[in-house]
Amino acid sequence: MQVESLSRALAEHPFVAGLGEPEVSFLAGCTKNQRFGAGEYLFKEGSPADTLFLLRDGRVALESHVPGRGNVKLETLAAGDLLGWSALFDPHSFHLDGRALEATLTFAVDARCLREKMQSDTAFGYALTRRLLYHVHRRLERARLQQLDVYRAGL
Amino acid sequence: MLEFERDPWRVESLRVTRVTRETEDTFTIELDAKPRAGFVFQPGQFNMLYAFGVGESAISIAGSADEPERLVHTVRAVGAVTNALAKAKQGERIGVRGPFGHGFPIAEARGKDLLLIAGGIGLAPLRPVILYAIQHRPEFRSVTLIYGARSPKDLLYPRELLSWASRLRLETTVDRAEDDWFGHTGVVTKFIEGALQNPESTVAMMCGPEVMMRFAARELTTLGVPEKSIFVSTERNMKCGVGLCGHCQLGPFLLCRDGPTFSYDRIGPLLSIREL
Ligand SMILES: Cc1cc2nc3c(=O)[nH]c(=O)nc-3n(C[C@H](O)[C@H](O)[C@H](O)COP(=O)(O)OP(=O)(O)OC[C@H]3O[C@@H](n4cnc5c(N)ncnc54)[C@H](O)[C@@H]3O)c2cc1C
Ligand code: FES
Repeated sequence: MQVESLSRALAEHPFVAGLGEPEVSFLAGCTKNQRFGAGEYLFKEGSPADTLFLLRDGRVALESHVPGRGNVKLETLAAGDLLGWSALFDPHSFHLDGRALEATLTFAVDARCLREKMQSDTAFGYALTRRLLYHVHRRLERARLQQLDVYRAGL
Repeated sequence: MLEFERDPWRVESLRVTRVTRETEDTFTIELDAKPRAGFVFQPGQFNMLYAFGVGESAISIAGSADEPERLVHTVRAVGAVTNALAKAKQGERIGVRGPFGHGFPIAEARGKDLLLIAGGIGLAPLRPVILYAIQHRPEFRSVTLIYGARSPKDLLYPRELLSWASRLRLETTVDRAEDDWFGHTGVVTKFIEGALQNPESTVAMMCGPEVMMRFAARELTTLGVPEKSIFVSTERNMKCGVGLCGHCQLGPFLLCRDGPTFSYDRIGPLLSIREL
């Protein structure tokens, strides 16, 4: 019953929306709801990356600690975003800190379960890889614009 | 005064009534337009401001069109003229020619969703549109402002931003932030999708660095906003401001006379042309 309602909620997340019912149910089997309070870390740089987070509500900052400057924020993410991609790639360790800026609700997907399914079911693996690539593409586009530092040069 | 009666070369000297420091290099100058019976302009138009003995610069009008007795400009000190303007004190005079160019076509947004996207000092030219939209809120189905700045200390009009937040939908974001910032970090394009309810009946108006506007226009068109409903303010270097010197030519357009605001279907393809 609980898995069913999780499945329904998960099916509405933009990362999952449009996947077939069997795929969503499988994902729901690897997923739990996880809440974080304001200021709490979803993950820290260097820690094992075993979870992919789909944000449902709240806001999370991706940060990196820079000596002398403290925690530098790279981007804030909100409902509909996903974070924790490092969980899908070797060496499965986080490169950045992920910190909740306010009360935050996530779908926390067990990355090992997801990786195994993606490996054994190539259609599922392809569908998820495409979705992931779309997010990577969008974030890369934004990172490029941010890197251009356009407000420094004038109008 | 009718347009054809006005001598575009005539420099009026107006008294500075207030100077407000906005950020380290940006300040707002208020001029007293009462002696000339108010300064009527369209949101998005600009003036040539003359720092006596130094020279002139094109500066957008940043005040409310509903308050013609106060002529407001926000200036970022980047070179000779703008640094001289930065030194202006209350009671001193600066020269003004204008208003010039075409403003933002606010009437096109009536009954529709109005989406304003500003980057850096580009918030100044959009401020009259924002003030109009707040004052005449029922004319629009919705009003959203997405504003990006380099860092929290570079945000213009911080006190006003707080009051705008309760009167329109506001997303403020910065490119760089540290521990003491709890707002959004990231570029303006991140907020466009969430701001669009009816892309085909949205009118977007933008001002900011051209690269930002190109990225934002691409996002808007990808999400279904027609190019003819996207208006940008092009602020390349100008000299005469009145279509005579040719300094601001971009393709078939003289930006000062035909712009500075253009719909994206007209100007978009030309924006990849480098500075003249
Ligand atoms: C229609 C229009 C509206 C404008 N509105 C505003 C405004 O509201 N507030 C404001 O602060 N500025 C505005 N500008 C930009 C402003 O005109 C220039 O920054 C100013 O003319 C620079 O003159 P200067 O003598 O101080 O600097 P300069 O010594 O001429 O230039 C200093 C540096 O600024 C660069 N620069 C000069 N002009 C521009 C420009 N137009 N865009 C980008 N970089 C430039 C130069 O390449 C140089 O690197 C506007 C420009 C236009 C065309
Ligand atoms: S600035 Fe002279 S023609 Fe436009």
